[in-house]
Amino acid sequence: MSLETFRERILKGGSLRIRGGGSKDFYGGPLAGEVLEVAGHRGIVSYEPTELVITARAGTPLSELSHVLAERGQWLAFEPPAFGGPATLGGAVASGLSGPGRASHGALRDFVLGVKVMDGEGRELTFGGQVMKNVAGFDVSRLMAGSIGTLGLILEVSLKVLPLPVAQATVRFELPEGPALETLNRWAAQPLPVTATAWEEGLLTVRLAGAEAAVRSACDTLGGERVPEAEATAHWLGLRDQTRAFFAGDAPLWRLAVPSITPPLDLPGATLIEWGGAQRWLRGEQIAAGIRDAARRAGGHATVFRGGDRAAGVFTPLPGPLDVIQRRLKAVFDPRAVFNPGRLLPDL
Amino acid sequence: MTTPDGLLRELRAILSPVSLITDEELLRPYECDGLSAYRRLPLAVALPEDEAQVVAVLKACHRAGVPVVPRGAGTGLSAGSMPHPQGVLLSLTKLNRILAFDPVARLAVVQTGVRNLAITELAAPHGLYYAPDPSSQIACTIGGNVAENSGGVHCLKYGLTLHNVLRLRVVTIEGEILELGSHALDAPGYDLLALLIGSEGLLGIVTEVTVRLTPRPQAARVIMASFDDVRKAGEAVAAVIAAGSIPAGLEMMDQGAVAAVEPFVHAGYDLEAKAILLCESDGTAQEVAEEIARMLAVLEQSGANGVRVSRDEAERLRFWAGRKAAFPSAGRISPDYYCMDGTIPRKGLGEMLTAIAGMEQKYGLRCINVFHAGDGNLHPLILYDANVAGQLERTEAFGAEILSLSVALGGTITGEHGVGFEKLNAMCEQFTTDEIRAFHAVKRAFDPPGLLNPVKAIPSLHRCAEMGRMHVHQGALKFPELERL
Ligand SMILES: Cc1cc2nc3c(=O)[nH]c(=O)nc-3n(C[C@H](O)[C@H](O)[C@H](O)COP(=O)(O)OP(=O)(O)OC[C@H]3O[C@@H](n4cnc5c(N)ncnc54)[C@H](O)[C@@H]3O)c2cc1C
Repeated sequence: MSLETFRERILKGGSLRIRGGGSKDFYGGPLAGEVLEVAGHRGIVSYEPTELVITARAGTPLSELSHVLAERGQWLAFEPPAFGGPATLGGAVASGLSGPGRASHGALRDFVLGVKVMDGEGRELTFGGQVMKNVAGFDVSRLMAGSIGTLGLILEVSLKVLPLPVAQATVRFELPEGPALETLNRWAAQPLPVTATAWEEGLLTVRLAGAEAAVRSACDTLGGERVPEAEATAHWLGLRDQTRAFFAGDAPLWRLAVPSITPPLDLPGATLIEWGGAQRWLRGEQIAAGIRDAARRAGGHATVFRGGDRAAGVFTPLPGPLDVIQRRLKAVFDPRAVFNPGRLLPDL
Repeated sequence: MTTPDGLLRELRAILSPVSLITDEELLRPYECDGLSAYRRLPLAVALPEDEAQVVAVLKACHRAGVPVVPRGAGTGLSAGSMPHPQGVLLSLTKLNRILAFDPVARLAVVQTGVRNLAITELAAPHGLYYAPDPSSQIACTIGGNVAENSGGVHCLKYGLTLHNVLRLRVVTIEGEILELGSHALDAPGYDLLALLIGSEGLLGIVTEVTVRLTPRPQAARVIMASFDDVRKAGEAVAAVIAAGSIPAGLEMMDQGAVAAVEPFVHAGYDLEAKAILLCESDGTAQEVAEEIARMLAVLEQSGANGVRVSRDEAERLRFWAGRKAAFPSAGRISPDYYCMDGTIPRKGLGEMLTAIAGMEQKYGLRCINVFHAGDGNLHPLILYDANVAGQLERTEAFGAEILSLSVALGGTITGEHGVGFEKLNAMCEQFTTDEIRAFHAVKRAFDPPGLLNPVKAIPSLHRCAEMGRMHVHQGALKFPELERL
């Protein structure tokens, strides 16, 4: 679709539901508005491996990006989830979600270098750029990350990319939840090449990646049982895209973000822990208030990630003064409230 | 609206007598930041001792409609904390307490005025450190780092301030307290934490910062490689990265910079080389050995005509000391120097350095170059003497031309020092009218009356219109719809 068509649709009036590949339709508030398809606006605009930067149009499938990067020995180290669907770059940035590597490599927003957006009045705006360090103007590109399309139509994104690790190994330990959390925090305070962790049903799985020598010596230091490569790859992909058995079925899925040192939360339901203890998934029909409360007491927040009662808002509400600023920012970029109504906040 | 006298009376009631300065002699030390070419005296300097006083001062200024300019250590290089003549300069150095340090959770909660290096000193006994290491780290404050999104020589691998801050406490001009981010990851709502970082004091006053601490690698070694041609050095940088390494540090200095530093620091640099590269690896001892061998091979293939690998920690620190002393060394060989901060795609480096050599002729001034080569951030240091009539003006024109070229090469006018007061004109070249309007609107969302650090970071549209008359950009006026002044 051409930029002119996008502009016409935006200016026509009525609300729009921006859609890339639809792989994250389940995420955020209920869907509303006329669908605006972005998938056709695709293609890599520039990629120079030695600059560690790739720029692509929003509709470019993540699979295409990974493929092109892998050919040059590089990757998106924040491991954006595709959830088994035809996920696009624009959708990944709008949702702001990161995969298993988040705790060690950083979040999606950490890799965003620049964006081109069309605002709610059909203006094309470019923020950030194609270079690694840039402090000219406010960092609006990172504001777009995780805004779930409520601030503008993302047209193009520049991301920092990294070389694929030279070596990789996955090891597994039998540990109950409490000791697993203690172990994870102890390891995180040491210079170990841990790049992903997951705890589920008494098993702690740890991915090590980096230089050959670093991975070898970390395997020696940590011990544990080595997971065969194919199984390991499937394990981390299954976590990233939530295809593991833990995520199957209709029970509501909650995501709790808490400080990594938070002891076991003791909430009813099955738990899966990632990111060194900082991200805890919970399955079950509990009462929202109880979960939100537990997360808040730990100094974190909780999101109804999939299913469940979404009417009351899926994200933890912000305190008053922050909410006011958030609404003012929405009005800056989308004054007529065209984009993705209700997707981030129930009434915004 | 309160009169200035009325405001001073109110401030006297809030602050202890030593924490409010109005005497001209005592205001002098605050007249500029690290960019001393731009100076102003403020109405008063307020030095609050805690957050409650910050809130009270801001509320009083808000009621009086008086501008507020925040200041940390004043090491900034873009006149970001240059006072406003009718405004209050808010010095935050007394907010210098460490509030919490948790080696298990690997984080520290500190007040805004805590110095960057003090955080690493606090964490060091636990094998941890605060990764961003600006060369000014002995002096600069964490609040200043947040306001500029400062980097250091290790940020290619370990990230900028943005990547190492988890949470901020911020006071708005209206005196509201905001908590942005949290000790949990990915706070809900828009990423206001990212927006605040690098906002140069225009959106709110940072009072408290939670930083993430990084485990100190067991070992680190640095290669010093000499090149007889600057372009070859630039190509070597690309080759190191193409070979799949992210060095812990990757810095370049040209011959002029080496000549300035060496007599001062005795780092052992090669004075004959046209450019030297510093290329560091860190990790376990075996990992470092593996990576150093890989990088050495690449550097030699790329035409390095001399390489040295640091033999011990003392030598490694000496190699870095030279690089970190580049700015003060420039100050020793020239009465004044003007530091530029453009970032360019690395492939444009050769073109940039050739152009700078031409500009040295054109403006009759010398320029030495240090370069965060790994991430394309270039610091040309233009040497001048402010006491010689016309030199400052020529220096500014020289700098402006470098910034224009940075934008033309697909880069940016500032990588880490900020726009401040200094680069307002250059902003007009990098952004369109609509983008600049959006920046002003973002500012109003936090600071409706526009009192926080006014006339900084974001140029007025009138200024850009005025600029448009001077710079005809690619044959077209950039701001055609605006009335020319
Ligand atoms: C020798 C030398 C070497 C340097 N090396 C580097 C380097 O390697 N990397 C790098 O990035 N920079 C470098 N700098 C620049 C400078 O040190 C950094 O920009 C630093 O972060 C400024 O911190 P400061 O405390 O001195 O802030 P100041 O200079 O006092 O202020 C900087 C900006 O922050 C705002 N500000 C300060 N405190 C607050 C607050 N609490 N809330 C809101 N706004 C605030 C001010 O208004 C101003 O706009 C160097 C400077 C010098 C002199």
